[in-house]
Amino acid sequence: MEHLPFFPERASSIAAEVDDLYFSWLGLSGLVLAAVAVVIVVFAVKYRAGSQADRGIPDRAAHERATHWIEIAWMAIPLAIFLAMYVWAAAVYLKHATVPADALPIYVVGKQWMWHVRHPGGRREIDELHVPVGRPVELVMTSQDVIHSFSLPAFRVKQDVLPGRYTTLWFEATRAGEYRLFCTQYCGTAHSRMIGRVVAMEPAAFARWLSGGNQAGTMAARGAARFRQLGCGGCHGPNAAVHAPRLEGLFGKPVPLRGGGTVIADEGYIRDAILLPGKDVRAGYEPTMPTFRGQIGEEDLLDIVEYLKSIGSNAPEEMR
Amino acid sequence: MKTSYLTAGFGLWSWLATRDHKRIAILYTISITLLFFIGGAAVALIRLDLLTPHSELVSIETYNKLFSMHGVIMVWFFLIPSIPATLGNFLVPMMIGARDLAFPRLNLLSWYLYLLGALFAIGALLAGGVDTGWTFYTPFSTMFSNTHVFAVVAGVFVAGFSSILTGLNFIVTIHEMRAPGLTWFRLPLFVWSMYATSLILVLATPVLAMTLFLIAVERLFGIGVFDPALGGGPLLFQHLFWFYSHPAVYIMIVPAMGVASEIIGCFARNGIFGYRFMAYAMLAIAGFGFLVWGHHMFVSGQSAYAGTVFSLLTFLVSVPSAVKVFNWAATLYKGRISFDAPMLYALGFIGLFTVGGLTGLFLASLGLDVHLHDTYFVVAHFHYIMVGGAVMAFFGGIHFWWPKVTGRLYPDAWARFAALLSFFGFNLTFFPQFIVGYLGMPRRYPEYPPEFQVWNVLSSAGASVLAVGYALPLFYLFWSLRYGPPAPDNPWRAKGLEWQTPSPPPPENFLATPVVAAEPYAYADEDSRSG
Repeated sequence: MEHLPFFPERASSIAAEVDDLYFSWLGLSGLVLAAVAVVIVVFAVKYRAGSQADRGIPDRAAHERATHWIEIAWMAIPLAIFLAMYVWAAAVYLKHATVPADALPIYVVGKQWMWHVRHPGGRREIDELHVPVGRPVELVMTSQDVIHSFSLPAFRVKQDVLPGRYTTLWFEATRAGEYRLFCTQYCGTAHSRMIGRVVAMEPAAFARWLSGGNQAGTMAARGAARFRQLGCGGCHGPNAAVHAPRLEGLFGKPVPLRGGGTVIADEGYIRDAILLPGKDVRAGYEPTMPTFRGQIGEEDLLDIVEYLKSIGSNAPEEMR
Repeated sequence: MKTSYLTAGFGLWSWLATRDHKRIAILYTISITLLFFIGGAAVALIRLDLLTPHSELVSIETYNKLFSMHGVIMVWFFLIPSIPATLGNFLVPMMIGARDLAFPRLNLLSWYLYLLGALFAIGALLAGGVDTGWTFYTPFSTMFSNTHVFAVVAGVFVAGFSSILTGLNFIVTIHEMRAPGLTWFRLPLFVWSMYATSLILVLATPVLAMTLFLIAVERLFGIGVFDPALGGGPLLFQHLFWFYSHPAVYIMIVPAMGVASEIIGCFARNGIFGYRFMAYAMLAIAGFGFLVWGHHMFVSGQSAYAGTVFSLLTFLVSVPSAVKVFNWAATLYKGRISFDAPMLYALGFIGLFTVGGLTGLFLASLGLDVHLHDTYFVVAHFHYIMVGGAVMAFFGGIHFWWPKVTGRLYPDAWARFAALLSFFGFNLTFFPQFIVGYLGMPRRYPEYPPEFQVWNVLSSAGASVLAVGYALPLFYLFWSLRYGPPAPDNPWRAKGLEWQTPSPPPPENFLATPVVAAEPYAYADEDSRSG
C-alpha cells in the first residue's frame, strides 16, 4: 500500500479532530449517496416502461397529504444533521483560531517564492521550520509581496499569509518527524516550488538545534538596535521632550484609543502603529508620529515587535 | 414544404443580423462549443503534464497560463452562457407560448457582446496568455503579474454585459409574455430555472464588472485599491470577487436543474414530485446564494466569527439542493421509465450532482475546510458540480431538444454510449482528486511530490475517456444534420408547448397562440387514460 496512499500522516494535536469530521462526513454522505442510488436503481428497474408493476394511486387526497409531509421531512432531517455538523465543525475551527497563551512564537515571512523563518533566539531558516513536539507553536506570518498560504497537511492546518498585515497559525506537533510544507495560495510562476518541510523534534533535540547553526543575535537584540538606529527612543524614551507613549510593558495590554474604544497591543497593532501611525492613536496623545513606511522591511519590523515583546508584560520590573 | 426558422432566410447575413431567438441560440451554441473545445485543449495539456511529478511536458510558466485560460474560458465563455444562452434562448419563448423574447435586438446585442469578450480572451491567449488563474487574486493580478491581465479582464467585463442583458430579457419575457392560461405554477421548471438564474445574472454580474474595473484601475494607474503597498486591502478583492463568483456557480447549476427536471419528467412519464417545492427551491438557492461568498475565505484571514456565519448560511443553502435530489428520485416512483440518451444524461447528472453537493458539505464545515482548502479536494468538488452536474445536464438537454431544434434524429445508441462514457470518464477523472486532495496536494501545482503520482495518473486516464465522451456527440450530431431521419414534432411524446409546434419550429414559433389549461408534466394522467 506504500504506493497507494489513501490517508495523510497525522502529526498534530488537532489532526485527529479534523479527521473525525472527515470520517463523519464520509459516513453520512456515503449513506445518503447509497440511499439515493438504491432508490433510483430500484425504481428504474421496477417502474421501467412495460413492467407490470402496480402504478395505481387509490386515494389522491391522501397521496397529496403524504407528499406534503414527505417534503417537509426531507427538508427537516437534513437541516438537523447539517446544524449538528455545523456546530461541531465550527467548534473545531474556533479552537483553531484561539492561540494558547503559552505558545512558542516563531516568525514567518513569505515572499515569491520562499519561506523565511525566524526564531526569537536568533536562528533562521529558509523553506524549513523546526518545531518542538508537545508544545503549542504560534506562527506570526506576513508576506513581502503577494498572498501566500502556509499549509502543513500532516498537521491539518493552513493559513493565508497576507501582505500588509499579520496572520497567525498555531499547532502542537505530536510526533517527531519530517512533514511537507506547501504554499497553497497561487502566488505566481514558481508557486509549486514554494515548498519545504517541517521538522518536529523532541524538546531536548529542539533546544540543541535552536542554539546551533547561524546565530545573528536574538531578534529582540536586533530589534533594540534597529529601534535606536531609527531614533524611536527620541520620542518614546525616558528623557524625551515629546509627549509620546512609553512602550515598556505595552505588549499584550489593552490600549485606550483617542477616538474611543480599546485595542489589544498585539503584533498587528505594533506593526500598524509604525507604518500607519494615524490609524489607532492612543488616548491622550496627538497623532504626531511620522510613518516609517518604506523605511523598514518586514523582517526588521518583526525584530522590533520581538524587542517590544521583550520589554513587554513579561519584562523584569526594573525595565518598566 | 413549410417554412421553418432554419429556412426563413439564407446566407450569412440572415444569421448575423437575425433577431429570431432560435437563430441567436444557434449562434451561441456554435460559439460556446468552439470555446469549450479551446478550454478543453488547455486542460488536455494540463492532464498530460500531470502524469509525472516533474513538469516535463510544459514549463511551469506555461502550465500556469494553461490552467488560467482553462478557468477563464470554461467559466465565463462556456459555463455561464452554456444553458441560458443556448437552450434558454431557444426554449423560454417556446415554453411560454411567445413569438420571441421581449427584446429581440437586445438579444442579438448580447451575442455580439459575448463574441467581443471572447475575442479579447482569445486574443490574450494568442498574445501569450495570462497567469493569474481565473480568480485574479490581488495584489498578484494587479501589481505582480506581467502577463495579459488587462485584455482578459476587459474580455470578461464585456461578456458580463451579455449576461446582464440576457437576464433582463428573460425576466421581462417570463413576466409579460406568457400564453393565456399559463400561470406561474403552470410554468415548466426549466422556465423557473431560467427565471431564478436571470435574477442572479442581473444582480451579481454588475459587482463583477466593478471588481474587474478596479483591477484595471490599480493595474494601469497604480491607484491603490487592493495592494497594501498602495494602501489597499487584498481581502476586499476576494469579498467582491466571490460576491459574484459564488452566485455564478448557481448560474451554472440552476439551469442544469431545470433541464434535468424536464428530462426526468418526460422519460419517467410522471409529474415532477413536489413541483412547487422544486420551483421554490431554485428561488431559495438563488437568494441564499448571495449570502455565502465568505465560505471561500475561511483561511484567508477573514474574522473567525464571520466564518461561522458564512458556514451556517452555506449549510442552509444546501437544504434546497438536497430536496431537489430527493424529488427527482421520487419522480421515478410509479413512472413508466425509458432510458433514451437524454435520460441517461439526466440520471448521470443526479449522481454527479449529489456527489458534488455532499462534498460541498465537507467544505462548508469550518474545521475541516481548513485542511481541504485550496487542495484538489476543492477542485474535484467544484468539477462534480460544474462539469459533472452542469455539463451532463447541458448534454442531456442538447440531446433532448435536438430533434426540435434541428428537425433531425440522431443515432440513439451512439448517444447512449457517449452518455455512459462521459459518466465513467468523469468519475475516473475526478474521484481520485478527492483522495489526493485529502492527502494535501495543492491545486495549481505543475510539480508535485511523488507520492501523489498514482492518483494523478488515474485522473489523467479518466480525462482521456471523458474527452472521447465529450467529443463523440460532435460527430454523430453533425452527422444527423445531413443524414439523420427527419424528426417528428414530438418524438418523446413530451409535454410542454415547445413540442406542440413543428420540428424545426416556424419563424413565429406557433401557428396559433397556444392556450394553456392544465398543470405541467401531466404525463401520468395521459398514460393512465390511454391504458
